Amino acid sequence: MKTDFKKKDKSLYFYLDEDIDHHNSEKIRRRADYEIEIHIPKKVIFDFRNVNFMDSSGIGMVIGRYKLVSMFGGELKIKNVNKIVRKTLEMSGLLKIIDIEENDETGGNRFEECV
Amino acid sequence: MKNVCENEMKLEFLSKSCNEAFSRGVISAFVSQLDPTIEEISEIKTAVSEAVTNSIIHGYEKEEGIITIISKIYKDFVQIEIIDKGKGIENIEEARKPLFSSKPTLERAGMGFTIMENFMDSMEIESALGMGTKVILKRKIKSKAPITV
Repeated sequence: MKTDFKKKDKSLYFYLDEDIDHHNSEKIRRRADYEIEIHIPKKVIFDFRNVNFMDSSGIGMVIGRYKLVSMFGGELKIKNVNKIVRKTLEMSGLLKIIDIEENDETGGNRFEECV
Repeated sequence: MKNVCENEMKLEFLSKSCNEAFSRGVISAFVSQLDPTIEEISEIKTAVSEAVTNSIIHGYEKEEGIITIISKIYKDFVQIEIIDKGKGIENIEEARKPLFSSKPTLERAGMGFTIMENFMDSMEIESALGMGTKVILKRKIKSKAPITV
């Protein structure tokens, strides 16, 4: 997972690049919490452009980071989700509290359904 | 007319989280024989991932055990059973409620059964304390092209 902290507006980007399941959520959680606690960002963005799979462990991971960031008065956003990941997000009700930012022009999800 | 099982597979693996992706890959490869769309296969994989994760976290908790997946292909639908010999579920109705988790401190969203129910056409749970758990998932593959000989 690549991370990028933009000092100018204190925004912290996480570029996820693996299946967000129970196994990987643990690693992601530890790394994300470490970065959030160092930078205390105003905004955290999870970029899903390289994510092809997410189950409810991923939902739990996002909710956990949302709670942490909120504690510091920051906001959390999600970006570049594909159709399938979006369906899982919608089902969990997470989209009622976390916004999906507009997809980048060039950064749309690589794994969009092409059928 | 009775459904005829045309193909069947059985997979057994240790309840380690690093096997979650492996089990998704196996079920994906098996079900692809029915020519599902990307959406259908993704939803089936997600449902299976939820059931396997439940067996690891709840069924076996910190111990290791064997998870068994048995899948049967019929003409246009697939049945997948995920079985563990772990703790078992005390109250199935309560466990099925959305957002309910018996392990809230582990950042569990409590959405596993909800996702299985929504992504599959049917979900049955057979479980009792001390008896392990069996989850039976079924999904019709709508895109299945008729077989021509």
